[in-house]
Amino acid sequence: MGMTIAEKILAQKGARDGVRPGDIVTVEVDTVILFDNNFMPANWRDILKVRDPKRIVVVLDHRVPAPNQMAAAAHVTARKFAAKFGIERLHDVGYDQGISHQLVADLGYGIPGTVLVCSDSHTCSAGVFNCLARGVGGPDVFYAAIKGETWFRCGETIRYQLTGRLPRAVTTKDAFLQIAGRYGAHATQNVEYGGPGIASLSINARKTLTTMSAELSAEFATFEPDAVLTDWVRQRSTREFEPVYPDGDASYLAVREVDLSRLEPLVAFPDTVVQNSKPVKEAAGTRIDQAYIGSCANGTLDDLELAAQVVTGRRVAPGVRFIVTPASQLVYREAIRSGAIGTLAEAGAMIAPPTCGACGGGHMGVMGPDETCITATTRNFKGRMGDPSSRVYMGSPATVAASALTGCITDPREFLN
Amino acid sequence: MRFEARVWKFGDNINTDLILPNAAFYLTPQEQLRYIFRANRPGWVDLVQPGDILVGGKNFGMGSSRPAARNLKNLGIACLVAESINGLFYRNCVNFAFPAMECSGVEGIFDEGDTADVDFDLGMVTNIGTGASLPARRIPRELLAIVEAGGIFDLLEKEGSIAGKA
Repeated sequence: MGMTIAEKILAQKGARDGVRPGDIVTVEVDTVILFDNNFMPANWRDILKVRDPKRIVVVLDHRVPAPNQMAAAAHVTARKFAAKFGIERLHDVGYDQGISHQLVADLGYGIPGTVLVCSDSHTCSAGVFNCLARGVGGPDVFYAAIKGETWFRCGETIRYQLTGRLPRAVTTKDAFLQIAGRYGAHATQNVEYGGPGIASLSINARKTLTTMSAELSAEFATFEPDAVLTDWVRQRSTREFEPVYPDGDASYLAVREVDLSRLEPLVAFPDTVVQNSKPVKEAAGTRIDQAYIGSCANGTLDDLELAAQVVTGRRVAPGVRFIVTPASQLVYREAIRSGAIGTLAEAGAMIAPPTCGACGGGHMGVMGPDETCITATTRNFKGRMGDPSSRVYMGSPATVAASALTGCITDPREFLN
Repeated sequence: MRFEARVWKFGDNINTDLILPNAAFYLTPQEQLRYIFRANRPGWVDLVQPGDILVGGKNFGMGSSRPAARNLKNLGIACLVAESINGLFYRNCVNFAFPAMECSGVEGIFDEGDTADVDFDLGMVTNIGTGASLPARRIPRELLAIVEAGGIFDLLEKEGSIAGKA
């Protein structure tokens, strides 16, 4: 019987003829990403040897620039580690810094058919490049850096067959919220995205789906390869690769169609992501204190330009903090050149440096007691962005930008016709 | 491995932000324990006793990859049995040698405060008071070796790949 994309890469990288759901497979790891949290004193253990420094990437992203002495010390440890082993791909504060999952896209680190691990749960983001990527535990990353391999448990695969084209002001964040709302958690399962609808989606738009698949608790999220995908990688990497397609007779637990043309703007209500999505009109009128756009899910050039379209020529409502965080320095520069950053700043947005920042309640926009935020980031768990009593609604960058203008949760179609 | 102790029940979709919130990241592992379930069950860390057992619902440990399993272990929790366990959280249970098993129906046979007998060798969970018993998914052989070695860090330290604790 045939295999899904995830099963095929597991088999190839595990040097096996075939892989079936339930199998535990030891695989070769092509890319290991360490980030600043790995170097925090509570997590770090000094690594004495590594398998291959060329396969290791070090990124400072969660706490950048250093908000306090302990984060600064972790950054020092990271720099020393990179220097000790001659790791060239160190993304320190400066020109080529960014959120690791965005750098994977910017710099062609996500190679079709390869295995990539990092101990951030949104590592499945790189699945947009037909790459077998997932968030693992901190110790797993040490193990992979030292040994060059890791283990995975193969799950069943759910195929999402995308059709149609997104209406204006509706984004793949809304498509994700539709899937999460209707189907809930996909724990122990892989998700695979394909179908004729993907042709109309940019890599940035697709990446929101793979990144947010962490919120489905999916094991792996993969995209079926096409020319948009292979061109993107070839323009950014010189590495040879072989895209991996699912077999025609691959076995799926379910195949579910998502008609993009029938979607509308949705929001996840506070405290949890899955089975918590409602049309934005059901939250409309809810007063907000903060509107936030950024993270590995929604900090791309597409996201910033969409937000800029919403706010162009307008001003953020009094009493609202509108914080926009480009996902990388490259995105930041591109958004300056495109005019998006200027438009957002003219409207009253505060532009924060590329960092995971307030998405995880770290810094650059942490919420206080009883405050309400609407966010275009990755998750809205209780207390995640700050005080446990704060409420976090989650929607698309268009919905967040529209809400920033009115001071309450707003359907973006009021501003984008 | 076999544990017999009091049960604390937690429902579906318990996430790792609840076990280890960002505000605790800058603290030592020992200091971080005060923050466990602060947002959803304030005061619980003062009630729990070393050796107690957690019974969870569906998708226990969803969300971030942070070392939440380590903190439950350091708090003295003997083990976790849940309807289902998030894949990434399960990895960290293995990584930090925190025994955990999935057991379909486990929520139905325990009330909070009951005494559980959790047998990892047999893959069996029993309510001592009622006698109700259910099979659980044993830790796969390949992963059990990591758990029995004390977790990934102990394993790597023993072979000289990482330095000892500072």
